[in-house]
Amino acid sequence: MHLTRLALTDFRSYAAAELALGPGVSTLLGANGQGKTNVVEAAGYVSTLGSHRVGTDAPLVRRGAERAILRAAITSAERDSLVEIEINPGRANRARVNRVAVPRPRQVLGVLRTVLFAPEDLALVKGDPDQRRRYLDELLVARAPRFAGVRSDYERVVRQRTALLKSARARTGSRGFGRARPSGPDAAGDPLGDEAASPAGMGLAGALDAWDEHLAVKGAELLAGRLVLTAALRPLLTRSYAAVSGDDVAATITYRQRGSARSEATAGEAADRDEPPAGDPPADRAQLAQGLREALARSRPDELERGVCLVGPHRDDLDLGIGELPSRGYASHGESWSMALALRLSGFELLRADGDDPVLLLDDVFAELDTGRRDRLASLVAGAEQVLVTAAVPEDVPAALQGTRFSVADGAVTHAG
Amino acid sequence: MYEGIVQSLIDELGRLPGVGPKGAQRIAFHLLATDATDVRRLASVLVEVTERVRFCRICGNVAEEEECRICRDPRRDASVICVVEEPKDIAAIEKIREFRGRYHVLGGAISPIDGIGPDDLRTRELMVRLSDGAVTEVILATNPNLEGEATATYLARLLKPLGLRVTRPASGLPVGGDLEYADEVTLGRAFEGRRLLDV
Repeated sequence: MHLTRLALTDFRSYAAAELALGPGVSTLLGANGQGKTNVVEAAGYVSTLGSHRVGTDAPLVRRGAERAILRAAITSAERDSLVEIEINPGRANRARVNRVAVPRPRQVLGVLRTVLFAPEDLALVKGDPDQRRRYLDELLVARAPRFAGVRSDYERVVRQRTALLKSARARTGSRGFGRARPSGPDAAGDPLGDEAASPAGMGLAGALDAWDEHLAVKGAELLAGRLVLTAALRPLLTRSYAAVSGDDVAATITYRQRGSARSEATAGEAADRDEPPAGDPPADRAQLAQGLREALARSRPDELERGVCLVGPHRDDLDLGIGELPSRGYASHGESWSMALALRLSGFELLRADGDDPVLLLDDVFAELDTGRRDRLASLVAGAEQVLVTAAVPEDVPAALQGTRFSVADGAVTHAG
Repeated sequence: MYEGIVQSLIDELGRLPGVGPKGAQRIAFHLLATDATDVRRLASVLVEVTERVRFCRICGNVAEEEECRICRDPRRDASVICVVEEPKDIAAIEKIREFRGRYHVLGGAISPIDGIGPDDLRTRELMVRLSDGAVTEVILATNPNLEGEATATYLARLLKPLGLRVTRPASGLPVGGDLEYADEVTLGRAFEGRRLLDV
């Protein structure tokens, strides 16, 4: 698929801008702070309903404006679509597809599929686990948009359950009341002290049980999706890493469930951690849900003591490895970049294998790379149906990726041949 | 801002559910332009409602007496109780005209974010009603959203030791609708709950 038109109204620095795009490579050139990244961010927003730079919508709206509007015309093998999104910070966003309002903006997901490379990607390798979870989830949603619903349901269960844990903690003080539990229901400071007062003696434990069940069921669905995805990425990552780094070492990717019996076993045998990764647990939902139930039961005392939800896919991580070593902490800067690029490239290959080519967005990445990686990346992506590149100076862009040029200055984008 | 009393009216109307500031203003000016007797009738109904309507001592439904119409009706089946979140859900189920059991209104759903726990709902009253053994089935008809499902799960666990039949209405495709218009969550549920066609 490719974008044929992208129009921004009151988005970031742009009062109004419009780009006519075609298949192949388009390069946006301009000095820093002129708004190149904003264009790429807009395309990314149409595809994921989120920005790769900020977590909230407020910064996306031009200062002084009430709302921002994005319009994107997309041509794919199946059809031509026009997506329009109105970004209303603090209120519900609205969206239209082919001039028909959709009940939920979520329904535009999947119309435009993109893979974005940005300087921020280094955090995929060096940053916190939430970066890697987001990487997986975005890819999951791009492949099967229904996961957007699964993910938001799951997040809501976690919020509800966390609120319950927090209020339980506030009610009993910060003492480790969870630990008092084995000493019997009549122990002083018992966690379930309101048992007598509540119907049929269920109290807090009963309410938590109900949320545990939903966390396990919804969590298992998300988990199953992530495990299948990780398995599909594994061969692609090894290949992409070799191609982009030029090194002959195997890059590995393993999904790690925190708090599961499995990972506790691995932690116990930390000494012989250099054994090869055991592979992914089975992606059977019923089995995964049962695993989560057991993990929740085990960690309940800890959760009550700390007032946070410690088990579930919102705590999991992806272990990335280069050769024998984990990439986090061991990889050099160059290796980290190769890994980050390989993750994005594998995502691209995966979406491509599902059918239509996604649109590639390369935001200022070439300036970060050495010549070797730069040229290898350029040759790997040059065959994509559409590539949007941003750079401060033309010299940053490899010759293979020049294409149509736009110049970006003072909040305006002009065609420069 | 309008002068004194007019603004107070707009503010009061604006506190009603489903009424925004614009809507409140529109209703206020509609009332000002309406015949005084009509407005008085509305006012007297509002007063009467607060004075006369109370909640049924048994099920929690709205009632004009100690007990609601359904709880007083001897023809209703006392062995089945349908648990709902709000009185308006009773009105919806009554429209089927097939359910002959009784109801129990919880007064909401469990939602820790909003500070609503099981003890803030009418769960204790439900347990009391079930204690005499006359009831054999409890239908958990809370809303099919996250909070409603969690409430149903909670109650199902609570009721399990009593050895009752605990059921939940099916989720699935709307009757008379088109398959293509169903959202993916509903469709997914409908597929999960598919039934053998016995012909």
